[in-house]
Amino acid sequence: MAAIDYRKADAFKKRLPRFFQYLVLTIITLVIVVPLVIMVFGALKTRGEMFLHPYTLPIPPQWENFGQILGTASFWILLRNSFVVMLCSTAGVLIVCSLAAFVFARLEFKGKEMAFNFLTLGLMFPITVAIMPVYLVVREMHLIDTLLAVILVQTAFGISGNMLILRGFFLSVPFELQDAAYIDGCSVFGFYWRILLPLARPALAAVGSLTMIVSWNDLLTPLVLLTRDSLWTLPLGTMQFQGQYSSDMALTAAFVTLSALPAILFYLFAERQIVSGLTAGAVKG
Amino acid sequence: MPFLRTRPARRTQDYVTIALFLLPAVVLFILFLIYPILRSGYYSLFNWNGLGPATKFVGLNNFKEILTDQVFVKGIENCIIIVVFSLAIQLPLALVLAIMVGRDLPGRVFFRSVFFMPYVISEVITAIIWISMFSPDPENGFINALLVLIPGVHPQNFLGDVNQVMLCVFLVLTWKYFGLHMLLFMAGLQNIPRELEEAAMIDGANRWQSVWYVTVPLLGTTIRTTSYLSILGSLTQFNLVWIMTRGGPVNASEMMATYMYRYAFIRLQLGYGSAVALVMLAFCLIFSIAYQQLNRQPDPLSGI
Repeated sequence: MAAIDYRKADAFKKRLPRFFQYLVLTIITLVIVVPLVIMVFGALKTRGEMFLHPYTLPIPPQWENFGQILGTASFWILLRNSFVVMLCSTAGVLIVCSLAAFVFARLEFKGKEMAFNFLTLGLMFPITVAIMPVYLVVREMHLIDTLLAVILVQTAFGISGNMLILRGFFLSVPFELQDAAYIDGCSVFGFYWRILLPLARPALAAVGSLTMIVSWNDLLTPLVLLTRDSLWTLPLGTMQFQGQYSSDMALTAAFVTLSALPAILFYLFAERQIVSGLTAGAVKG
Repeated sequence: MPFLRTRPARRTQDYVTIALFLLPAVVLFILFLIYPILRSGYYSLFNWNGLGPATKFVGLNNFKEILTDQVFVKGIENCIIIVVFSLAIQLPLALVLAIMVGRDLPGRVFFRSVFFMPYVISEVITAIIWISMFSPDPENGFINALLVLIPGVHPQNFLGDVNQVMLCVFLVLTWKYFGLHMLLFMAGLQNIPRELEEAAMIDGANRWQSVWYVTVPLLGTTIRTTSYLSILGSLTQFNLVWIMTRGGPVNASEMMATYMYRYAFIRLQLGYGSAVALVMLAFCLIFSIAYQQLNRQPDPLSGI
């Protein structure tokens, strides 16, 4: 009898913290999700409905807010600009960082440590600090109002962190592989291109996904370097739209929903890569 | 003999390869990080509005003005408030949640995915969503709609109230970033062998003691990394604050970065703006170097 009582008490003792755990986690889930849900519901209402019943379910859903935004050219221009910048910045970061990371992981030369410390200086300050100086130089180069400037700046500020992550992955590739490749007559570039990069595909995917998110969400670089609205990216356009149409809550909600959608879809699709990139970066950094 | 000839040849070829591999990174780095900062150092000595060449040399006057400007001092204070709140509330919250979700709670992947989602949503969208959540009108602002359900509570002005605005900013920052820290803590937990905690429990430690005396110290490296990211991010916070409040009302939520942006890009005082950027840079460098000095202790698990 005593044994059974003991076991019961034990099960209860175990279940109570479990219940408490799930309670806390559920409350926090609600705090995260409710603002997003209110936004999406708002987007599915007419302006009048939004005014009368701001927090009810959007039944029946009204799709005309989305139609109105997707029907204008400006939304598609924002989307295109963001895509161009994101793809080029990501390609730039992958190429530049993998080349440098390869040198630091695999080759020996005088001044290696100094060069490495130099290229990781960027870890010490985020782009916000340097955007004013960068603006001055981009202006001197006559690159204001070009997507190229945004791409180059985003790439430059992605170097330090991403090079560090890739170097970590490259170091874990066995050295014997390199010796074998050289004995078989492979050049340094041949080893990098034909053996190391294919092996490091998961690492490249992690760094690539992370850079895509950072570039896609970047506000400050386009805000400072682009003045013509035909070149604006999605975050910049979203900010301006909110300023212009803040009285029409339903339409703003629809614009914000549409502009959040690509990042959320991408997250659902590439969560593993993003997470592994971030954790690798934090462990190495 | 052929050996003697091929070896040096191989060497020079190696150096050419190394130089070519490093070239793109070094060029971009110098062009967009190093040179701009040096250039700003030059312009920071002038009173210059960006039109024509800088001619009004004022020496270190800009720096003197910045450091004695009450508004900038307010910006420093607010940045420090965010740093302190992040370290005292946001990171412990993330750590507690990471331990709570632990390694094997059913549904841990679901909670991780949901909590981390705000990190992927841009700061622009986050700010716009929370402007409406904080709206003083219960018809638009969900938080006030909940508050007025409590008898005797009036709608609050939140972002428009000098005394509440920093708290609101901090809450939004926590909403967006605690998931990132939780994720990093969860990754750190994966590296701690479970046997260590079990050994402590067998030795008579209760759950809390084993977490506090075994798990937390072993997470030292992760805690240091998340603190570093959090402090650097707080010192340079711009997007959320700029969109939600423009640093207002009456400079109540001013940050160093919003101050810099206003002078450089709204008032177009590029000389003064350069000086502000350099002061911010100095803050970041002092902190980073101090951090690296403090961070010399080896990691308890790997010994690195």
